[in-house]
Amino acid sequence: MTMTDSRTFDAVQDASFGDYVQLLKPRVMSLVVFTAVVGLLVAPVSVHPVIGVASILFIALGAGASGALNMWWDADIDAVMKRTKSRPVPSGRVQPGEALGLGVALSGISVMMLGLAANLFAAGLLAFTIVFYAVVYSMWLKRATPQNIVIGGAAGAFPPMIGWAVATGGVSIESLLMFALIFMWTPPHFWALALFMKEDYHTAGVPMLTVTHGRKSTRRHIFVYTALLAPVGIAAALTSIGGPLTLAVSIALNAWFLIGAWRIVQRDEAQAEADKYAVEKAVFRFSLLYLFLHFGAFLAEAALRPYGLGGW
Amino acid sequence: MSEFRPPHEMHQRRFGRNVGVGLLLVGLIGIVFALTVVKVTRGDPLQAYDHQLRPEMLPLDGTAKAGTP
Repeated sequence: MTMTDSRTFDAVQDASFGDYVQLLKPRVMSLVVFTAVVGLLVAPVSVHPVIGVASILFIALGAGASGALNMWWDADIDAVMKRTKSRPVPSGRVQPGEALGLGVALSGISVMMLGLAANLFAAGLLAFTIVFYAVVYSMWLKRATPQNIVIGGAAGAFPPMIGWAVATGGVSIESLLMFALIFMWTPPHFWALALFMKEDYHTAGVPMLTVTHGRKSTRRHIFVYTALLAPVGIAAALTSIGGPLTLAVSIALNAWFLIGAWRIVQRDEAQAEADKYAVEKAVFRFSLLYLFLHFGAFLAEAALRPYGLGGW
Repeated sequence: MSEFRPPHEMHQRRFGRNVGVGLLLVGLIGIVFALTVVKVTRGDPLQAYDHQLRPEMLPLDGTAKAGTP
């Protein structure tokens, strides 16, 4: 190839390194890293620090891979929604094929490396998570049912289970309850956002609960899921990863979340419009804190254990 | 002797991306190396499952059940 051939590349706008990082959805990745770290550290089996750090990196890479696959598949939706139209694929900075290639390659690398670094069970769980998010959620159910958020939440709930599996090589009631905690938390968290973000999902053809069942029904759904979340959090606090501290934190967080959800269900759109969705925004912000503090409590309990404190 | 041609504009444009990919690859090599060192020094099982009888896997008291390797 001569130097003049490089002119052919000039026509395409070059993607920066940051654009490829954007494909991996770094904000989602940060939640994955946090919950996977907690799952790994609260497990009753200690893991060598190098193996632990490498495993978390590969779990994060796997999450990023599923993000890239999602961006490849959903480029048509992203292109018509205000919030997402500047993403690397719809904006034309990254070609769809590149996003697909990156997603597939990183999926393979992350699963294989987690299998070598930790164990095959954890690697299998990571592979299942990637397939679940990219195929079951993105390709199949996201455009088919208004319960898409509930199903998508399952993919986000796997990381602590994978972290636990890195340490123990299996599943237990504790890891299942950590899964259930994120699984039940996702719908009220997201629907609270959907109430005040008013995305143009209908233009994109995505059946969002606020559009298909109306905003009143969404408010009821938020309360029901929050009510179902509370026993999961408290049950997790009663297992071996919990203790008096976690139980106290869990009761306080769940009570607060329930009060917020109750206030949401009591309001109508006119009231919400009047104060610019103050309650919905407050509940959404609190939901982020809820997950952080609940998992933080598990971690604190594990940290206190060597000193004879923490745990039951 | 002719001088080197100045780098093409494309190379300057892609410099950041190339450095990023390079650093990532160095990082991956570092992780794989660290993992190897840890696994070898900890004495994790290194034998391949090659369908050969491995006497060291048998229980010390010689009460292995029939059919176990």
